[in-house]
Amino acid sequence: MTFNILEFLQSIVSLEVFDYLRDVWAGDMPAWLIEVILDVVGILSVSTFMLLVVLYLIWIERKVAARIQDRIGPNRVGGRFGLLQTVADALKLLTKEHITPAGADKVAFNLAPLIIVVAALLVWAVIPFAPGVIGTDLNIGVFYILAITSVSIVSLLLAGWGSNNKYALLGAFRAVAQLVSYEIPMVLALLVPIILASSMSMQTIVESQSVWNIIVVPTSALIFLTAAMAEMGRAPFDLIEAESEIIAGFHVEYSGMKFAMFMLAEFISAFFMAALFVTIYLGGWRGPGVAEFPLLGLLYFFIKTFAMFMVIVWVRATFPRVRIDQLLDFNWKFLVPLSLVLVLTVAIVEKALPVDLNVWVRALIHAAVNLLLLFGALELVRRYARKLRSVKLDEAGTPRDAAETHRPAATAQATD
Amino acid sequence: MTGQQIVFIIISVLTLGAAIQVVTDRNLFRAAIALMASFLGVAGFYALLEAGFLAAAQLLVYIGAISILVIFAIMMTRRLMQTTESPFNSQPWWGLGAAVLLFALLAFVIIDRWPTAQYPDTPQVAGETLRANVTVLGQYLVSPDFYVLPFEVASVLLLAALVGAIFIAKPQREESE
Repeated sequence: MTFNILEFLQSIVSLEVFDYLRDVWAGDMPAWLIEVILDVVGILSVSTFMLLVVLYLIWIERKVAARIQDRIGPNRVGGRFGLLQTVADALKLLTKEHITPAGADKVAFNLAPLIIVVAALLVWAVIPFAPGVIGTDLNIGVFYILAITSVSIVSLLLAGWGSNNKYALLGAFRAVAQLVSYEIPMVLALLVPIILASSMSMQTIVESQSVWNIIVVPTSALIFLTAAMAEMGRAPFDLIEAESEIIAGFHVEYSGMKFAMFMLAEFISAFFMAALFVTIYLGGWRGPGVAEFPLLGLLYFFIKTFAMFMVIVWVRATFPRVRIDQLLDFNWKFLVPLSLVLVLTVAIVEKALPVDLNVWVRALIHAAVNLLLLFGALELVRRYARKLRSVKLDEAGTPRDAAETHRPAATAQATD
Repeated sequence: MTGQQIVFIIISVLTLGAAIQVVTDRNLFRAAIALMASFLGVAGFYALLEAGFLAAAQLLVYIGAISILVIFAIMMTRRLMQTTESPFNSQPWWGLGAAVLLFALLAFVIIDRWPTAQYPDTPQVAGETLRANVTVLGQYLVSPDFYVLPFEVASVLLLAALVGAIFIAKPQREESE
């Protein structure tokens, strides 16, 4: 087969460009060389895309967060909308000096930013962008993602310890407590879609969602989103950096490009969590007309992913930071038990339902059970909180009924 | 030499070099990082053997959990990191003897008892079995004919360890009240 520019463009539109190049090169090159070249091209294009998209993710986040908080946001560099603001920031960071603090552990200090960016990029290997467009469709896709994300904790530890700074070390301590804890509900929540798809392969999970998983198992989606926010270390869970308490936590001593690499990794993983949520709960590239025009799948995927990223920005711009004890209590006393019960219930319901049931009926039954669990858990927490409140008042010398403590207590405080 | 062999040698050097670093480095934090590199090398071996699930499990459990705990313990005891003592004790010869014995045992098992003849090395068969390995592993773990009993016993053991840890760490209640 000879190279033909029209057929080449056609293969791009039908997302079969690699197959086309394989055919074209088949006579001229050994098979392994073709595979190596295609792999390198694939890796480079995905990583470069991620690095570039971060520039505009930061711009979107600053602009949207500003609007939510009734500010204007970047509006000077690059026209009215500040379109080139982040490009200018990146250039500035590139030219800054690299400072290594005295007494720092050089190996750990320099290794940390590298590991975190590599880990943030590696996970994209198993995300299906469109039918057939996936780095490698591992049969352990979800598990691979969890394994790689757990490595990024290492880099936070290296950064925190290597900086020889107590705020950095505090940030690292918090990072371990937070990230290791929130990994558990995240894993358990992800188990639910895996049970439904009976596969850990990302492509199979997407294909099995004739009804989007967020409709089938909304509780699992909510738990995953919460845990993923905590894993990203962004507000309201940004205790790892917590500018107002420990300055910037683990990356307080970093400057220039090394600091930029932490920011880069943060935004790549935020975008990745959006993509993961889309793949697992929002049907990935699924949408009308994908079977005829695979390119539409790519479009749907990115529309959904950017929409999810907006939700993440919205949450970040709206909620205040939680305290570390609230954070850990919420995880261990609420999310973990809830997700454990959820996994058990979904497995039983899935087994109990007949195999040839209509997908929508099945989805509705699952959704009903899920919502019942969620609201049941919330009601339990509410009752517990009420009980706590009334006990506290008893100790203060104002014995009251548990049911009517709330309003009288407020007035009592006001008169004091 | 095939590409696979070259990769094998690189991973071996990484794993063994890091392992030597673990036992000789005076700085405990560095030693823990070297331990991680060594675990990473082992995960590389699994990946090389096309045991993707085991490689990911190695990453998740050994690097993501155990090494983090080790480093956390080291960071909590700051005095430990500044030790200038030699990491060697007075029993190098006993240690060497034990290592040689273990090596001999493993070599014997691999050379003499490994049933290479039963599994002809045809990539196609290997590929199919390997692709299904997670499913097979999962079924083996919960089927009564295979490993469900050991699996459950291990779970109970871990649960007991958890409860025990909580019991030890729980603040003692005052007797006087």
